[in-house]
Amino acid sequence: MIVSVRDLHKRFGDLEVLKGVDLDVERGEVVVVMGPSGSGKTTLIRCLNLLEVPDAGTVRICGHELTKRSAREVRRRTAMVFQQFNLFPHMTALQNVMEGPLSVRRVPRAQAEPQARELLARVGLADKCDCYPAKLSGGQKQRVAIARALAMKPEVILFDEPTSALDPELHAEVLQVMRELAREGMTMVVVTHETAFAREVADRVVFMDGGTVISQGPPSSFFTDPDHPRVRAFLRLVAS
Amino acid sequence: MDLLVDFLPDLLTGLCVTITLGVVSFVLGSVVGALVTVARISGSRVLRASAAAYVSVFRGTPLLIQIMIVYFGLPQLGVEIPPIPSAIVAFTLFSAAYLSENFRAGILGVDKGQWEAAASMAMPYWRTLRRIVFPQAIRIATPAVGSRFVALMKDTSLASAVTVVELTRVAEGIGTSTFRYMEALLLVGLLYWGINTLLQVGQQVLERRMRRAYA
Repeated sequence: MIVSVRDLHKRFGDLEVLKGVDLDVERGEVVVVMGPSGSGKTTLIRCLNLLEVPDAGTVRICGHELTKRSAREVRRRTAMVFQQFNLFPHMTALQNVMEGPLSVRRVPRAQAEPQARELLARVGLADKCDCYPAKLSGGQKQRVAIARALAMKPEVILFDEPTSALDPELHAEVLQVMRELAREGMTMVVVTHETAFAREVADRVVFMDGGTVISQGPPSSFFTDPDHPRVRAFLRLVAS
Repeated sequence: MDLLVDFLPDLLTGLCVTITLGVVSFVLGSVVGALVTVARISGSRVLRASAAAYVSVFRGTPLLIQIMIVYFGLPQLGVEIPPIPSAIVAFTLFSAAYLSENFRAGILGVDKGQWEAAASMAMPYWRTLRRIVFPQAIRIATPAVGSRFVALMKDTSLASAVTVVELTRVAEGIGTSTFRYMEALLLVGLLYWGINTLLQVGQQVLERRMRRAYA
């Protein structure tokens, strides 16, 4: 089990966002987390690398229990792709991808650079190595962000609404890269509203509402035969 | 014009002293200011409070008083510092207080997502500051820091109060010996303006260079 969450609670002031969430992700599995806004999906995924500190419950990543002390060790094994990309604007695409290997994994530059170029080529941006983020489209930025995540050689990648900040016509290029990653066996936890992606790529869809997981299952049954009225209502809404 | 010719050596010396006071104090003030900033955003409550107190004191008291305390006051405690170093000490501590606020504003201006991206890749705190946050903070802080530099250049005229023979003191001297205060003061005023115009041009070049990545 690569991710194991038990009875996770998190509140922001008076607002209880997570009310006891359990989640398991196996190696090589692609888990898509769906649910209406405010259901706690983003908070949940941000608890997995301690960008949010849970109030109660446990998170285990690759066997390590996640605490403030173990955060760095856990973050070395995970990577995150953000809704707003969060590329480093003062660095070129290549430098963005090399930063983790140089700063954290202590890879020598002579090795990090060709690897970074290869990763950028893999996300279809071989010709954009020397571009600063400001010169890239949203879809290109997000692909650089995915290359940057891959450069950490993570055991699991956390995607927090990776296409939500993009113009509709740019979704496809990002989803295509994610689809390939899934096919290559990368373990992925993806918070998204992309039902088509979930249907096609996910091994399991987890549906959250009101701070708990209320339904989960393989996309075949999740989409065709939803077991919960809230899921049915949500899917109707998304489809329309 | 004849004043300029007659007193050229004095004026040049004064100009050099003024520029030295300004540049040295600015550089040292930036270093001290950066340390104060790091203390102000640190996790330690004691460090944060001391840094805040420092800023409050040095921003909240007149620069002239600070200069006079260093030059006239400290000897009472057995610390005697010559005029120019005295002035530099006071200017450094004073501008560090202001610069630390400019730097802090720069750091707070860096998007929270930048810290999160660095944290998510397990980058240590200091490395995050150095590689990710500082380069962006400097760009944000540059306009304010440039204004601080210009203000400091003008503030160096206060060193004349502790016998430092910089531009203002030179103008006074010329005035006393020739009774042509108006021309002397206008002349050094023009020189200050010249220095600061150069500084402003420098700042614009710097800003344009730093904007290149973002355009």
